[in-house]
Amino acid sequence: MQNKYTDWKQALRSGLLGGVIVVVLSLIGIVAAFINTYVIHDVISLGELLILGPVMALSLTAIRKATNKQPGFLLLTAAISGLASGLVILALAGLGQVINLRAMFLNASPDLYAIYAYQQAPIPGLLLRLLVCVIVSLLTAGFTLLPARIKTALGQGLLYIVVIGLMGRLITMMLSNWGFVAILFQWMFAANSLSLIGAIVLFLLTAGLAYWRYGRPKVKRITDPKKQKVVRWGTLAGLGVILIFLPNILGLWFSEILDNVGLFILMGLGLNIVVGFAGLLDLGYVAFYAIGAYTIGVLTSPELGFFNWTFWQAFPVALLMAFISGLLLGLPILKMRGDYLAIVTLGFGEIIRILVLSDWLKPWLGGTQGIQRIQRPVIGIEGVWTRTLTSQQDLYYLILAGIIVVAFVAIRLRDSRLGRTWMALREDEDVAVAMGINHVATKLTAFAMGALFSGIGGTLFAAKIGSIYPSSFQFLVSINILSLIIVGGMGSIPGVFVGALALIGLPELLREFAEYRYLFYGAALVAMMLTKPEGLWPEARHRLELHEEATPPPEAEAEPATENA
Amino acid sequence: MALLEVNNIHTYYGNIHALKGVSLKVEEGEIVCLIGGNGAGKTTTLRTISGALRPREGNIVFMGEDLAKYKPHQIVQKGIAMVPEGRRIFARMTVMENLEMGAYIRKDKQKVAEDLEWVFELLPRLKERRRQVGGTLSGGEQQMLATARALMARPRLLLMDEPSMGLAPVLVEAIFDTIVKINKEGTTILLVEQNALMALSVANRGYVLETGNIVMEDTGEALKKNPRVQKAYLGME
Repeated sequence: MQNKYTDWKQALRSGLLGGVIVVVLSLIGIVAAFINTYVIHDVISLGELLILGPVMALSLTAIRKATNKQPGFLLLTAAISGLASGLVILALAGLGQVINLRAMFLNASPDLYAIYAYQQAPIPGLLLRLLVCVIVSLLTAGFTLLPARIKTALGQGLLYIVVIGLMGRLITMMLSNWGFVAILFQWMFAANSLSLIGAIVLFLLTAGLAYWRYGRPKVKRITDPKKQKVVRWGTLAGLGVILIFLPNILGLWFSEILDNVGLFILMGLGLNIVVGFAGLLDLGYVAFYAIGAYTIGVLTSPELGFFNWTFWQAFPVALLMAFISGLLLGLPILKMRGDYLAIVTLGFGEIIRILVLSDWLKPWLGGTQGIQRIQRPVIGIEGVWTRTLTSQQDLYYLILAGIIVVAFVAIRLRDSRLGRTWMALREDEDVAVAMGINHVATKLTAFAMGALFSGIGGTLFAAKIGSIYPSSFQFLVSINILSLIIVGGMGSIPGVFVGALALIGLPELLREFAEYRYLFYGAALVAMMLTKPEGLWPEARHRLELHEEATPPPEAEAEPATENA
Repeated sequence: MALLEVNNIHTYYGNIHALKGVSLKVEEGEIVCLIGGNGAGKTTTLRTISGALRPREGNIVFMGEDLAKYKPHQIVQKGIAMVPEGRRIFARMTVMENLEMGAYIRKDKQKVAEDLEWVFELLPRLKERRRQVGGTLSGGEQQMLATARALMARPRLLLMDEPSMGLAPVLVEAIFDTIVKINKEGTTILLVEQNALMALSVANRGYVLETGNIVMEDTGEALKKNPRVQKAYLGME
């Protein structure tokens, strides 16, 4: 029975790994920190989920890897895995009783052991823990044995409970804007998480829906081009309506997040031209953002008292400044490529930040104190109707308008002759020149257009915040923009939107995780890049290339040439 | 007057003296080949002609005009196109887009469309693959694409750098057939090759380059029979 032993060894190994993961999570302190963050109020907390999750996940791995697929064996495999995990957890608790682990691991506290023991006396409590580990593993095994349809339904139901439960606080906050609608949903939530009844109803609804939908054909593909057009415009109109009402639906707090995401979309669209289209790695991109914002600041702030212009008077000047500085940065680095270019642009970004920070320019740029009382944009016609855009919800529309214009321009640029030229330059600069492309002009336009878009972002940022400080223009901002492009998909315009939502929106939504927010965020990023290295919404041609590489063309011709003698 | 006259050019890479007074001539309608060992300066000669490198001494005259005052991209407009060594197609652009980039300098859309048909006729494989991304083509197809891309500029003079590199013998023959065909249709060709036998067979005239100097010049046939050439470049004793 060679098989049986390898399966069991495998189960043991998986179980131990599961236990180790739980121990690590515990020692980092996540388990204890979230033991009172309920997914379902007073029933199951995130902390408990962090203990049971890895145990179940590794049981699942053991079951998947098992060679003997008989139900009995699978249950046994899962039980072994669960038991092993449980024993590792118990071992930590036991070790903690004997020696003082706290000297090294601050979080190996009696509190943690109490969590392990379900707040019971150590011996019965820990035995209960062990039992629970085995039971959840058995349940996992049982789950895999179910018919596919029920499995899907159950899985969907549980997934929704976890997601909605974790986002309970955000959802209740959002609901609070809705008046009477909020009352309709009140029973579903209790103290920032799902109530038990809410969870049951949610589960029944989502699981039922998944069960009903299972095996049914998905929405029929529309082939008639006329209907396609109708559907496309319909979707666009629907999206437009949603975008218009979004700040009202979501409320103030979410609007602020939306504004931030919007600003990063603006900058992402710009940097996407420089890095994604033209292939010029720019690490000092935040400089243009700063130039846009500071130009608005200097020109409009009555505190400095130079100009006292209105926002709209200063706006074109700010764009011009950003555009020109893009050209100026472009000039010295025309001959540089790759990493050298990255370092020089990085230096440029820092120079701009240090300049605005300096005492030397303090009378003009405010130094560390920054610039306050920047004029808010006023829309409307003087004497008829005017409105000063001050709230986050107001500015949302301004940013939305900016994004629409910039995205439109970016799409047109991508499909233009200039866009092709950028792409050729990205692919192979020498050859592009050999095709007759003027690489000086091409690179400069890429830098200038990118800078212009970032400048627009900067002006809107100044309008949104009302006061600007050098600390808002850290190097990290450049890195964030670059990351969102990579996460979204290099060179892809929709990718910028997805990337900005994921990179800027996600950490805000992860506030539930308090100080561990960036840990989860980092883990999510790593997972994202491992599963989708080409980005969340890659450029079509890039996807095509990766896809075709999976089935390479016959390479028979590519042998080295033999010397014809 | 010759189409291209290279007069005693000296090209340097920093302090390295790569070309030590190379002179050559290409007449209208010819295929001229440049053979020589590794590091002899073949590619350097082509790169100097195309403007990617600048000679410190000597000059290059194309259709009676000194090229020194032109930038690389302007030299393309003068009518010199290059098929670079190692193909170097735009890997993430489709075959069509690659060809469109080849015609970048041309404004006459009507003629460009005609030339596209001509190129597809010359290299029918590319027509089949025109929507495919360049990087997914096979080695031979990539060489065809690189050649076609250069032809899309409608050059008077086509510079080809090692078109047979890395290709199987069958494909090498196909490539040389194409070269002859292109030449018959009226494009003058300056060819750099390691595969001396094939190159000398198709060339009207040839130059032998050794460590930055032209050491021999003759018709293709004569060079093929030259004992020194046979020993050094054709592997015959």
